[in-house]
Amino acid sequence: MSARWIIAVLLVAALPGWAQNRGFAGLGSDSSGFALADPGYRFDFPRDHGTHDAFRIEWWYLTANLRDAAGRDYGAQWTLFRSALAPDKPSDGWTSPQLWMAHAAVTTPDAHYLAERFARDGIGQAGVTAAPFDATIDDWRMRARPGSSGLEDLEITARGNDFAYELSATAEGPLVAHGENGFSTKGAAGQASHYYSQPFYNVSGRLALPEGEVEVSGQAWLDREWSSQPLDRTQTGWDWMALHLDDGRKLMAARVRGATPFVFGSLITPDGQVQTLTDDDLSLRPGSASPPVSWAVAVPAAGLDLSIEAVNPDSRMTTTVPYWEGPVRISGSDAGRGYLEMTGYGR
Amino acid sequence: MIGRARLVLWALLSHWRRHPLQLAMLLSGLMLATALWSGVQAVNAEARASYAAASDRLGAGSLSRLEPAPGQALTTADHVALRRAGWLVSPVVEGRLRAGSARVAVLGIEPLTRIGLTPEADGPGPDPTGDLHGFITAPGIGYSDASTAAILEGVDLGGLVLRVDPETPPNTLIVDVGIAQRLLGLGDQLTALTLAPDQPAGLPALARIAPDLVVVDPGQGGADPAALTDSFHLNLTAFALLSFIVGLFITQSAVGLAFEQRRPMVRTLRALGVPRSEVLGVIAAELVLAALLAGAAGIVLGWVMAAALMPGVAATLAGLYGADVAGTLALRPVWILSGLGMALAGTALAGAQGLIRTARMPLLAAGQSTAWADATSRSLRRQAAAAMVLALGVPLCLVIGGLVGGFAALACGLLAAALLLPVALDGALRLARRRVTGVLGSWFVADTRQQLGGLSLALMALMLALAANIGVGTMVGSFRGTFTGWLDQRLASELYVTARTEDEAAALRRWLAPRVDAILPIWNADAPLMGQPGKVYGVADHQTYREHWPLLSARPDVWDELAQGRVVLINEQLARRHDLTLGDDLQLPGGALPIAGIYSDYGNPSPQAIVGLDDFTRRFPDTPRLYQAVRVAPDRAAPLAEALRDRFDLPASAVVDQHQAKQVSLQIFDRTFAVTAALNVLTLGVAGIALLTGLLTLASMRLPQLAPVWAAGLPRARLARLDLLRTLLLAAATAIYAVPVGLGLAWMLLTVVNVEAFGWRLPMQVAPGLLARLGLAALLTALAAGALPAWRLARITPSRLLRVFADER
Amino acid sequence: MSDIRSSGPRAPIDSAGDRPDIAVSAADLVKSFQTPAGEVPVLRGVDLSLVRGESVAITGESGSGKSTLLHLIGGLDVADAGTLTVLGTDLRRADDRTRASLRRTGVGMIFQQFNLIPSLTVSANLAFQARLAVRYDPGRVARLAADLGLAALMDRYPEQLSGGQQQRVAIGRALAANPPLVLADEPTGNLDEETGDAVAGLLLSLVRQQGTTLALVTHSPRLAGLCDRRVHLRAGRLA
Repeated sequence: MSARWIIAVLLVAALPGWAQNRGFAGLGSDSSGFALADPGYRFDFPRDHGTHDAFRIEWWYLTANLRDAAGRDYGAQWTLFRSALAPDKPSDGWTSPQLWMAHAAVTTPDAHYLAERFARDGIGQAGVTAAPFDATIDDWRMRARPGSSGLEDLEITARGNDFAYELSATAEGPLVAHGENGFSTKGAAGQASHYYSQPFYNVSGRLALPEGEVEVSGQAWLDREWSSQPLDRTQTGWDWMALHLDDGRKLMAARVRGATPFVFGSLITPDGQVQTLTDDDLSLRPGSASPPVSWAVAVPAAGLDLSIEAVNPDSRMTTTVPYWEGPVRISGSDAGRGYLEMTGYGR
Repeated sequence: MIGRARLVLWALLSHWRRHPLQLAMLLSGLMLATALWSGVQAVNAEARASYAAASDRLGAGSLSRLEPAPGQALTTADHVALRRAGWLVSPVVEGRLRAGSARVAVLGIEPLTRIGLTPEADGPGPDPTGDLHGFITAPGIGYSDASTAAILEGVDLGGLVLRVDPETPPNTLIVDVGIAQRLLGLGDQLTALTLAPDQPAGLPALARIAPDLVVVDPGQGGADPAALTDSFHLNLTAFALLSFIVGLFITQSAVGLAFEQRRPMVRTLRALGVPRSEVLGVIAAELVLAALLAGAAGIVLGWVMAAALMPGVAATLAGLYGADVAGTLALRPVWILSGLGMALAGTALAGAQGLIRTARMPLLAAGQSTAWADATSRSLRRQAAAAMVLALGVPLCLVIGGLVGGFAALACGLLAAALLLPVALDGALRLARRRVTGVLGSWFVADTRQQLGGLSLALMALMLALAANIGVGTMVGSFRGTFTGWLDQRLASELYVTARTEDEAAALRRWLAPRVDAILPIWNADAPLMGQPGKVYGVADHQTYREHWPLLSARPDVWDELAQGRVVLINEQLARRHDLTLGDDLQLPGGALPIAGIYSDYGNPSPQAIVGLDDFTRRFPDTPRLYQAVRVAPDRAAPLAEALRDRFDLPASAVVDQHQAKQVSLQIFDRTFAVTAALNVLTLGVAGIALLTGLLTLASMRLPQLAPVWAAGLPRARLARLDLLRTLLLAAATAIYAVPVGLGLAWMLLTVVNVEAFGWRLPMQVAPGLLARLGLAALLTALAAGALPAWRLARITPSRLLRVFADER
Repeated sequence: MSDIRSSGPRAPIDSAGDRPDIAVSAADLVKSFQTPAGEVPVLRGVDLSLVRGESVAITGESGSGKSTLLHLIGGLDVADAGTLTVLGTDLRRADDRTRASLRRTGVGMIFQQFNLIPSLTVSANLAFQARLAVRYDPGRVARLAADLGLAALMDRYPEQLSGGQQQRVAIGRALAANPPLVLADEPTGNLDEETGDAVAGLLLSLVRQQGTTLALVTHSPRLAGLCDRRVHLRAGRLA
């Protein structure tokens, strides 16, 4: 039984769209039987912090921009994916048709540490409960701090062979729904997902790295998204960024690459007001490298003309399905920092 | 230049057209050598590939595993607890599934957690279009090779979808863990958790999270089939090499003959204006051509041979070592290349001397030097010196020890013996010269001495073949004799019965009680012994053991003490591997016991211990008690077995009668050595051909020596008879010489190689019948080889003999 | 394979060899052999020149060095001292390849032992040297075979022929390539007188017909008398 076979099996059977998306995408034909994103749906918290088993894919995705006492930049990532192989209800035991996958990473200006975990559903190795919030796989956890329940106060831990971290995050603003009340369109053909974020975390904690332990603090952004078919066949990959501007505004800007790139985004005011952005008012221009580790991002109507630069250009996630994910610095009309993710550029 | 080279090649090759027998000999020598070599390599490569595939897929080859401590169970909850604590483990379920009379290994894996377990362990795997959903959810998908799929065809697997994948290990069905638990009826139990070699730092200690699990390292004891079977393959390889060397003797003779006979032609070619370098180049090309041709044919022949041997080897490996090996052969470039390489290297070795001589040959040499066949006293002295050096290597290698050391000592000894053979024969002839009176006798002895040089290669080959036959024959004979005796002791009870459940076992015992003389429970549990996976048996106190059990050494009152639970018995393997002797303490689950006896346990590679039955139940209270021996009058055994099967609807294999068990054991045993026996016969045949070639070579060169004798009045028929007699005498002397060499070989095999390879030592039993048979075989070989040259000599035309005088310059 | 002498230019031509009418020019040739008994001088300073087209008999006692002289001229062996130019090739300086080339294309060699290739037929033997010299002319070989009375024996192997027949094949082989120089070493030495005379007659008439230079070693005065000129070797010198 070789690893290659298993990976091949996984890729073919479970993750056909992964290379195109940050999550578990599905081909249109495969989504039969799964629930589809519904523009009329309204979020119901805390229930929606938990799983949506009727949907094919779902993720809990936290990225943190951190700095140590000396002002050195770090990035941390904690991601948990749920994938349903079939629309059947999850069950107890080995035969549950759901899988879990998780990635964790720490990025420094000159190193990138990462780890990957897998788990079967139904045996208690991984799972998410909505209240009190607890997302777990192996000994990796992202959960509500004792005494709290929702996403306002989180403890986040993960461990790889050469790194570990413990962070605590406190939300300084409200949850934010993207698109139309959280119905986020991902393509001209109407593919969509349910998508909300908590972009207002203040974070502090400890990174254990081969070079030693560091106390860090900074900002974090949590994405929650679920869908059954967010991309279509012609869409080859995805560039996404979550930016913390120094004036307190947040910007989510993304582009799905394909025959005609599909651009979308959200400009969020410090008090959580969302302005949905489209191709008309958001421009994303990649630099020349592949994958492009520098970008020019502009929202002219809001007076934003930003230069985005990777803290560490080599932030490749050499996981079962490879992609690029790492912290960035912002300069130009506004300063700040954020996270950049790029998929579908090959290894 | 190319045209000229082709012309020269054509002239050189025309020699073979006129001497097809020589060509046949050259090619068959090379072909046989290559065939023996590559055939055995094919068998080895196939078996190794099977192990590699097995350990690759089972993940057992290189990774440590967590297994339940004796009496404990491992469940999915343990897996989850370890994962939740941060340990990178992946669950494994193993078991055997009955399919009619066959049993198929079931391997349950968990594909997700296996990712990243060993990033570098990347090999071929089953059909990548398989779907994970089907694999993990009921009824599941199973992967097996075609023959296993055929076995499983009629078996109820609860709707499992079978996918044939040739890369699946033989006799194995791979399914998801959950599916495996269902197929094997294990409930929530797992067999083991494979441990990733690299674990995150700072994890809580295993002893704290999983106190009931023990770490089992790979490659210990019975865990790794490759390590176990290495000795078997080393054995085969050694014989293949020996055969190859014997084959090289033929090639060497044929090539030497060809060079010798074409000397005048080469001289003429050069006189007619072909530069020396071109002659050499063309001869080299001719040799390469022959090597490729014969090598290719040899590979085909080797393939056929391997295909014929493979099922036997597979059965042996399965029976003796429990290693699953495919019984069929796949074409592997490794051994094709190795075969061609050996053919080329062999030809180069055999042709180098001829080429060098041709290069040095002056254009206008007077007369034909027969240095090729010279047995000068100087070369004999050199040979003797080399033999001495090699002989010194024997104790040295033995001191180094290990299996490789043992084989190296064997090689040194055999080569030294081979090199000393011409020296010994020459000495014998010198002695004979002093004894012999009469003109003819003196001439015969002198002429024989002169021929010794030319025949010594062939005689060495014959000696090696004979010695190998004697050595291996004696080893097999000793082995078989000891084994049969041991079986009689060990399988003393008439019937052995295995129940499927404890309830059934109890019912069986109740039913049997009034019908038999005694029921002897034999309960066993897996337990680590001296850090290796082993088995502990509990046996009842009964006369059967006291009378029959094959104890090698024991304290007095051993059986009384054992019944009282105060001592333990261990098998020879365990004792030898850890230098345990009587009185030493052996750690057992539930406390240590002193060793009171050591018993022989042939055919089992794992450590084993025996405790009293009551002691066993105390130590392993949860072990299922399913196995028992039954004492009953021998003539009632078979009907009782039949009645048992009918009454409890037991499968045939659940009731074994002693007679049948012995037969199966001996069958397995005989198959093991059928391979070596086949190789031995081939080796002897090859030696015969070497002898024939040597004699033919000499025949053409000896005319100048024979012609004067013929001219002096000895008829050709008489000369021919004398020649045949000489061949037979030399063969007989060689055979006599081979006896001590062969017995020495047997001794080394039994007391050095066996102990190193298998962990047991056997008493040597010399079989005079075997020696007589082989002596006869040597004479027959010599007769077959000597007949043709003698017949030719008898029919040689006087004019050819006369020409000797005309040709002398 | 080549020796020090080969270090000069290939097939150097010295002044004596410049004369196109001279086939062989030898001056002060010295050759001795190493034997267990010490060095035995065979040629002690031989001067000889052969004009193109002439036939010369070399006679002398056994051991007088006749064959050695012939071998030196044929490039089968190398002299210890002196000069030797054959068909414009300085044989004292020629390497193995150059000497082989001379033997192949310039010289037809006839031995006392015939030295046929035993595994080739008469016709293959006849054509062999011509093919080596890339001068094979089937018509010429057929004419030679007819002249030598071999036409009926073309498919036989040497061992199926009498000595005279074998020597006729050897003569045919030497002449088939039409070499400018033929060297014959006791060509009738292994034949009875009658056969020997016939073979010698054939050889002489053929070389005269074709204007070939012939050097013939013999101890037969009758055969020597048939040649244009006769030189006598005694104690390693020409008398």
